[in-house]
Amino acid sequence: MKRFASMLALGLIVVFAQSASAQTLKAVKDRGTLNCGANGTLAGFGLPDAQGKWTGLDVDICRAVAAAIFNDANKVKFVPLSAKDRFTALQSGEVDVLMRNTTWTSSRDSSLGLTFTGVDYYDGQGFMVRKALKVNSALELGDASVCVQQGTTTELNLADFFHAHNMKLKTVTFATANEAVKAYDAGRCDAYTTDASGLYAERLRLANANDHIILPEIISKEPLGPVVRQGDDQWFTAVKWVLFAMINAEELNITSKNIDEMTKSTNPDVKRFVGTEGNYGEQLGLSKDWAVRIVKLVGNYGESFERNVGQDSPLKIDRGLNKLWNKGGIQYAPPVR
Amino acid sequence: MSIDLPTGSPPARVAFYNDPKARSIAYQVALCAVIGFLVYAAARNAIANLERAHIASGFGFWNTTAGFDISQALIQFDSQTSSYGRAFWVGLLNTLLVASIGIVIATILGFIIGIARLSKNWLVAKVAAGYVETIRNIPLLLQLLFWYNAVLKALPEFRESFVIPGGIYLNNRGLFIPQPIFKDGFGWVLIALAAGVIGAIAFYVWARKRQEQTGQQAPVFSVGLALVIGLPLVVLVLAGFPLAFEFPAAGRFNINGGIEILPEFAALLFGLSIYTAAFIAEVVRAGILAVSRGQTEAAYSLGLRARPTLRLIVVPQAMRVIIPPLTSQYLNLTKNSTLAVAIGYPDLVQVFTGTVLNQTGQAVEVVAITMAVYLTISLATSLLMNIYNSRIALVER
Repeated sequence: MKRFASMLALGLIVVFAQSASAQTLKAVKDRGTLNCGANGTLAGFGLPDAQGKWTGLDVDICRAVAAAIFNDANKVKFVPLSAKDRFTALQSGEVDVLMRNTTWTSSRDSSLGLTFTGVDYYDGQGFMVRKALKVNSALELGDASVCVQQGTTTELNLADFFHAHNMKLKTVTFATANEAVKAYDAGRCDAYTTDASGLYAERLRLANANDHIILPEIISKEPLGPVVRQGDDQWFTAVKWVLFAMINAEELNITSKNIDEMTKSTNPDVKRFVGTEGNYGEQLGLSKDWAVRIVKLVGNYGESFERNVGQDSPLKIDRGLNKLWNKGGIQYAPPVR
Repeated sequence: MSIDLPTGSPPARVAFYNDPKARSIAYQVALCAVIGFLVYAAARNAIANLERAHIASGFGFWNTTAGFDISQALIQFDSQTSSYGRAFWVGLLNTLLVASIGIVIATILGFIIGIARLSKNWLVAKVAAGYVETIRNIPLLLQLLFWYNAVLKALPEFRESFVIPGGIYLNNRGLFIPQPIFKDGFGWVLIALAAGVIGAIAFYVWARKRQEQTGQQAPVFSVGLALVIGLPLVVLVLAGFPLAFEFPAAGRFNINGGIEILPEFAALLFGLSIYTAAFIAEVVRAGILAVSRGQTEAAYSLGLRARPTLRLIVVPQAMRVIIPPLTSQYLNLTKNSTLAVAIGYPDLVQVFTGTVLNQTGQAVEVVAITMAVYLTISLATSLLMNIYNSRIALVER
């Protein structure tokens, strides 16, 4: 139904609208809530709990955007989207920002009328199999049936990987990750493939998580990040800098716990960050204390990572590539100045 | 050509704008022009807006390499070389396959159950009524999910496949049967088959004519069987058996080779046929009940027995009532096949409006093509059924 609604909305907008609004930031401020396209079924990235409270790394980015605009991390309406529907929902204006473990690729950046603002998680595609199969490498999967979610880069990488290694492949595609995982669990497929982070999250939901292993091969680059519509540079810049603020906060050792002391800091980098020097937030169309709001209400990048997917979460994913650039990873943000 | 008007006062000339005929034509032309303009303006506006939003438009994607894999393809499909256009055809053929087989099964099942519901046998009638009331009151999507899970859960894993002698394997990855491979000379067998079918029809026509004239019956069934099956078999042997089979064989993870019938296909086919059969059963029951009881009594009083009465008197009259609603059921089945999306069967919607739409991002074009295709399929089905309907309709003299 949701899919149909957004299709219809896109159709109507495309057919009848005279000009698409380019003033997303103003529209969000006037509306009083941020509409955020999220996953809805992926633990660690976007998942509502029994009380309807959304958590996850992607969810936190949306909360950070809301915090920067409204000084309230809860002024977000999360719209759960499947991989198939997500771009249509953003194009049609149903959501202001798409934050749904979406891989940044050239064609998505160009032909969809969308643009990626950055990378909140450096991922790669992997495979999960049953231990009983006694498979230790993805290169032994020749001839296997693989369950995959359709409309994803995963679906394309899968075909490429098997072709490149001269292996036969039987793909079974499903509209949602839920259906694909269920079919894998029911024995329809030998392997399930998606981004490695997704594999860890889905494995927790299987009947017997310990009967399944994740193979060591990572077969693709999957930089996941926030997406906005093209043609609204102000909004693009604002969303981009919210993520940069979270990364910069970690680099400056500013956390949700010490933020109040930090506002009194004399370190010039910190002063610019918290807004006691300069008007960098206002230049972005936000407030002077935009970064303080983000860190106070949501936390810095490292806090969010550990809480949602890292050691403080059931997923226990190693930070790997997502460590800061000065700690051996590739997470890097331009400076606030 | 000139017509001499009779003398006298000429008919009062009415101004053309007061002539009702001219007016109605003018109104219709104006309406068509307005609709045409609206469509044109909408299309132009759509293109302009897509351009402004930097969304790619046009049909250039059609020949671009698809890059994904499809689990069931009736025509050759390869992820590395085949185009999105080919993916469209693969999806369309899959839709037509499940819809056409589903229509045949649903019709047969529906007629049996519809007639069974009118049976004098209490148990048979109640079982048929129970079937109809249960099946048609449960949403089709739930039934499909039920069948899909039933298929997956009930069947053994690959390692414990049921092996049926003759190279047939059955497991939760599907049913695998040997695939016939035609060698040179098989064309003769096909020619013999065609000749057999034509011969059987000719014999049937001749036998009917003779029966009408002389009352003698001819063994139509056995002669027909001999012509349709016997003749090609004889030719097959004479041609040196130009037919081989590719047998499925167990690989490391899967059965390979042979013809593969996917569990998704089986579940969708079961679900659609069983669901639609419940509606067809009611259509058939209504059709039969619409034939007045006097017709049956008249047939009995002429000495016809129950079976010929049903076949010659009741069914032909019932068909007139049955065909129009039956057409709707066929259309429903075809359109319902789009629920394939829920269980991973690669039909047109799953492949084209799912993967292709998402990989290209061209929602407007892809959805427009898909709607046009379903409209075409439905109109074609309607047309065929209307032709059939007009043939059996009551010819009033």
